[in-house]
Amino acid sequence: MSPAPAPARKLRVATTSLAGCFGCHMSFLDIDEHLFELVELVEFDRSPLTDIKDVGPCDIGLIEGGVCNAENVHVLREFRRHCKTLIALGACAVNGGLPAQRNHLPLSECLREVYQFRPGLDNGQIPNDPELPLPLDKVRPIHEVVRVDYFLPGCPPSGPAIWKFLTDLIAGRTPRLANGLLHYD
Amino acid sequence: MTKQFLLDGQPVPFEDGQTILEAARKAGHYIPSLCWHQDFPPHGSCKLCIVKAAGRHVSACATPAKEGWEVESNTPEMNGERRGLLQMLFVEGNHFCPSCEKSGNCELQALGYEYEMLTPRFRHFFPERPVDASHPDMLLDFNRCIFCELCVRASRDVDGKSVFALTGRGIHKHLTVNAESGRLADTDFSKDDLAARICPVGVILPKGRGFTVPIGERTFDTETIRSRTLKEEKS
Repeated sequence: MSPAPAPARKLRVATTSLAGCFGCHMSFLDIDEHLFELVELVEFDRSPLTDIKDVGPCDIGLIEGGVCNAENVHVLREFRRHCKTLIALGACAVNGGLPAQRNHLPLSECLREVYQFRPGLDNGQIPNDPELPLPLDKVRPIHEVVRVDYFLPGCPPSGPAIWKFLTDLIAGRTPRLANGLLHYD
Repeated sequence: MTKQFLLDGQPVPFEDGQTILEAARKAGHYIPSLCWHQDFPPHGSCKLCIVKAAGRHVSACATPAKEGWEVESNTPEMNGERRGLLQMLFVEGNHFCPSCEKSGNCELQALGYEYEMLTPRFRHFFPERPVDASHPDMLLDFNRCIFCELCVRASRDVDGKSVFALTGRGIHKHLTVNAESGRLADTDFSKDDLAARICPVGVILPKGRGFTVPIGERTFDTETIRSRTLKEEKS
């Protein structure tokens, strides 16, 4: 009698939001009842869903948001180091998105506008606590910092688009967004 | 007997003087374009209509068809090159679709969908291109300009006003307004000009309309640019 086949190993998935608004994570939850199917196939490592703080060895890493400060660079490199497949999830990770709209302004001007000149601020000053990550001069899409395997655009990508993408990937197919699922807005 | 060439193996009839693009579209075959417009001479700047004719890369909009030619257009090689051209157009400007009023009606975006462009791939230039909101009826957002010169040609050749021009060279090339102040308000530009509605992307926009038609219900949300272009060709 042959032994029963070992249950398929669940894929390990990590997610994070860098310079993003968590809208892509909200859209991820919009796969609704597919979440039940998903947890049969994957388990979560670092993610806002688990509150695990450090990323360990993973099969899939989903990155929401672009890169706007030194901590983003650190987290992104950690994800790249630990994830076999890294995915840019949503407009900001793909092309910088909304945070990158500050790129045509000098960083010092942005900081002064927010922390010194905003009406109602008394004696405002630009925060310089050493614990705060330093902002970058320009916000960058993640592929300008690390190698990225797949891109899933959209602001946010719809639940069905995320589900199609993940099921393709988990089944070992090249993920493909058929017409109607691919959107940049 | 009519002359013909082969487009991806399909015979396409043509008359002398007709370009590959004109003959192909007339026969119901799609070749993409951004800077081409039936009412103007070919411009040949966007290169999206690139095809391989008799083994050479040519712009289908500017190349007269020739008897017996074998033309490759809808092939993985040509479509891959088109995707590369689109990616270069995206990183050269500031194309932030989620905030653009033209999103869903934009031909550049629709071609990105058509050729499954998932990433701009290259390093972004993030050029500085200030917006001109001086005109009472129209807004100019230069961030999205792809230098197709359709507004330049429409304003000069149809409206008779020459409101727009391209200036500078290479990476410094940009769209400019022909007024001493450089402001659209200081020209005789009107919202009824052809130049006001010919922009294939989101540079020249009417004010006060914004998101009247919501995202998701716009032209290329419901139809591909391929089917729309062929439908317009028939009518």
